[in-house]
Amino acid sequence: MSTPETKRGGLPHQPPGNTLGKENYLNASRGFLSWALTLDHKRIGLMYLVSILTAFLGGGLAALYVRTELIAPGQTLGDADMYNQAFTLHGAIMVFLFIIPGIPAALGNFVLPLLLGAKDVAFPRLNLASYWLWVCGAIFAVISLATGGVDTGWTFYTPYSSSTTTSVIPIVTGVFILGFSSIFTGLNFIVTTHKLRPKNMGWFNMPLVMWALYSTAIIQVLATPVLAITLLLLIAERAMGIGIFDPALGGDAVLFQHFFWFYSHPAVYIMILPAMGIISELIAVFSRKHIFGYTFIAYSSVAIAIFGFIVWGHHMFTSGQSDLLNMIFAALTFSVSIPSAIKIWNWLATLYKGSISWDTPMLYALSFIILFTIGGLTGLFLGMLAVDVFLHDTYFVVAHFHYVMFGGTVIAFLGGLFYWWPKMTGRMYSETSGRLSAALIFIGFNLTFFIQFILGSQGMPRRYFDYLPRYEFYHQVSTIGAYITALGFMVAAYSLAMSLVRGKLAPANPWGGNSLEWHTTSPPPLHNFEGEPRSDDPYDYGDWKWDDSVEGFVRKDAEATA
Amino acid sequence: MSHDHDHPSYLQHHFDTPEQQFTSSKLGMWLFLATEVLMFGGLFCAYSVYRGNHPEIFMYAHQFLDTKLGAINTVVLLCSSLTMAWAVRAAQLGQKRLLPFMLILTLAGAFGFMGIKYIEYSSKFDHGLLWARAYEPHEEGHHGDDHGDGHEAGAADHGAAHDGGDDHGDADHNGAADHNGASDHNGDAAHEAAAGDHGGEQAEALPDGVLEILPSGLKVEKSTIAPPGSAPSGTVLTVSDDGHGEHHGPEPEKTKVFFSIYFLMTGLHGIHVLGGIVVIFWLLFKSLGGAFGPEYYTPVDLVGLYWHLVDLIWIFLFPLLYLIH
Ligand SMILES: [Cu+2]
Repeated sequence: MSTPETKRGGLPHQPPGNTLGKENYLNASRGFLSWALTLDHKRIGLMYLVSILTAFLGGGLAALYVRTELIAPGQTLGDADMYNQAFTLHGAIMVFLFIIPGIPAALGNFVLPLLLGAKDVAFPRLNLASYWLWVCGAIFAVISLATGGVDTGWTFYTPYSSSTTTSVIPIVTGVFILGFSSIFTGLNFIVTTHKLRPKNMGWFNMPLVMWALYSTAIIQVLATPVLAITLLLLIAERAMGIGIFDPALGGDAVLFQHFFWFYSHPAVYIMILPAMGIISELIAVFSRKHIFGYTFIAYSSVAIAIFGFIVWGHHMFTSGQSDLLNMIFAALTFSVSIPSAIKIWNWLATLYKGSISWDTPMLYALSFIILFTIGGLTGLFLGMLAVDVFLHDTYFVVAHFHYVMFGGTVIAFLGGLFYWWPKMTGRMYSETSGRLSAALIFIGFNLTFFIQFILGSQGMPRRYFDYLPRYEFYHQVSTIGAYITALGFMVAAYSLAMSLVRGKLAPANPWGGNSLEWHTTSPPPLHNFEGEPRSDDPYDYGDWKWDDSVEGFVRKDAEATA
Repeated sequence: MSHDHDHPSYLQHHFDTPEQQFTSSKLGMWLFLATEVLMFGGLFCAYSVYRGNHPEIFMYAHQFLDTKLGAINTVVLLCSSLTMAWAVRAAQLGQKRLLPFMLILTLAGAFGFMGIKYIEYSSKFDHGLLWARAYEPHEEGHHGDDHGDGHEAGAADHGAAHDGGDDHGDADHNGAADHNGASDHNGDAAHEAAAGDHGGEQAEALPDGVLEILPSGLKVEKSTIAPPGSAPSGTVLTVSDDGHGEHHGPEPEKTKVFFSIYFLMTGLHGIHVLGGIVVIFWLLFKSLGGAFGPEYYTPVDLVGLYWHLVDLIWIFLFPLLYLIH
């Protein structure tokens, strides 16, 4: 954090509603322990943010290693074992340390109580525990790396994971601990949403991102325990040789897959639902138009959470599942596309005839709609039984997954980060570099992954170290795309980092949003609001108007009374 | 944290009323219990799948569990659930002497349960009835007679695998013929035999039904359980002297996985009992300080809920493991 004290005098313009240099949650107390032991959801959110971004850097470097290795057939950087460890590391870090906690625990932690007009989450200590459990989990991941790495892939399928000599137990223990971190966040959010809403905020007055975070939390609480027991069984299998997943002892290796995906399919909704919530906010605010189909979007979040629990079998179409089960799971899988499509159409309808402003968060939101649509539609190919047999375990799956998780969640995460950055830090980033980052990531991402659909449909299997020369062109394009994407992230990081040093001071409401976080100062005070926040329709922007002197939006009635 | 408004001391600053805090805590606890149910649900699911695929293993192996001890433990836990509920009631009514008393009774039940569990576990350890990789059952019916011979056969067949002290986990045993063989060492007894010969005479000097008293003071008891369709009690697994198994009862090939499941399920449950002991102790200390009363008893209430769940899980475990027909 830059210390605003030193340059307060030098700041040319401090809009009303900016509290840098005055009293705010960042300077309410000082010293390492005031952060490490803080119960303030905003600080915990920031600590989460820094931590998951560090994890993201690690996972991203592993991804660059993988892409560089694949730039040419045969060995390029290291041997096949090294490659196996790199893609495992990339997957495990990105999924368990970055994406799952990403939006809920980092951004969500910061904004959820603000959105509700509450002072904090329901259980601040549990919130802090969740953060430190995350740190513990990350330490175990590092231990596994230091003791020889893991080569199982992030899915830890038995029987390979129970027989490989690499260091599986530490990372599985780490993921087990991260699961509890995630459960604590979810539990906290559910109770907060139920119990800490202001009296005049009904369920259908909540911003849609709240519905998304709430649905996410339900999945976190109901699915993660199953992952916990699965991982415990895997640890026991390795440490004690219990036999439940061991065919030699009459166990069932596919049972592991069922258990794993019973969690991990819903987990992809843990990853995407909050992203969709952010998009609902961004699209409405930057179209300066009331969100279209509020109730549909709200219910579709809940529907996705529920449907998400009954489709896991689509990961095992080729694992020897019965034909009947395959057909049931395929049909159910298609059903998930309905609520997702409802959201897309409602966002498009919100955009229609809106007065769109092309700020960085909006660019990310528009990227999201395009990329998520591609990711979602290619999911239908994979849900289709006959096609899946052909595409299973090819780069088509890799591309689909990344379109949804990266094109969807990571892009929305960035959009949300730029959107709430002024609220978190009290500083505006530079729109030029922000927009440039969005454009670079969009181009780089599509170069990297669109071509992988073609690569996969031509038969290139995923997770292979080597390949036939005829795939070389596609791999090279993909790798170049990865470098462009990395450049885009560097620009984004530069943009945000520079804002801390010389960004303009942010007004209370730079975007004209009407959800409650914009009703308090930037950054907010320790207890979030001075007085009781007044909540009304979060998508009615009519009360706010742009004020040039503030370089932000101000309430019309506030001006009238002033 | 400053309490600028006239909040009671137990009311956290971000809640408006004690009622809001109480209902929030309660909802949080129920959600936590839901996660527990789902976690054990996964384990029960693994149990069901394995049992569905191999029912004969469960039919056979459950008889090695002591139903009487299991039943006693069920009663003990039920009683402790009652005293816990009573403790909650005492807290609600402000009966400040009764509350710690009930908590102590609950703790007694918890310790009683763990004690009995310890007896059961040590008997399993003594008989080598462990999870799959460590599974090495002993032939108790012939223990006295075959002891010395069995050990020699073991030395011949398995060599180094049996020399390393009590390393159950390292010995590699697969298949019924192998672990029915006289070659398997009898836990500590086998190692003693390795150190010096103390063949058959020992058994006669001991009380009826006790095969051996280990240096630790634990008795190796003669099993009174017989496999289905086998000879009368006392002969669980009988072996011929050549070291190859000869079934008096049809021991299914993968019996050892039953014990994997047994230890996993009861072990995870036991960890939850231990967790319960810790938090009930905490309640006890707080209650001795008079922390709880009619206006604030949330922690007692929540721990009570947890303790009932732990009880409930055992209610499922007991029939699923001990009462198989
Ligand atoms: Cu799935």
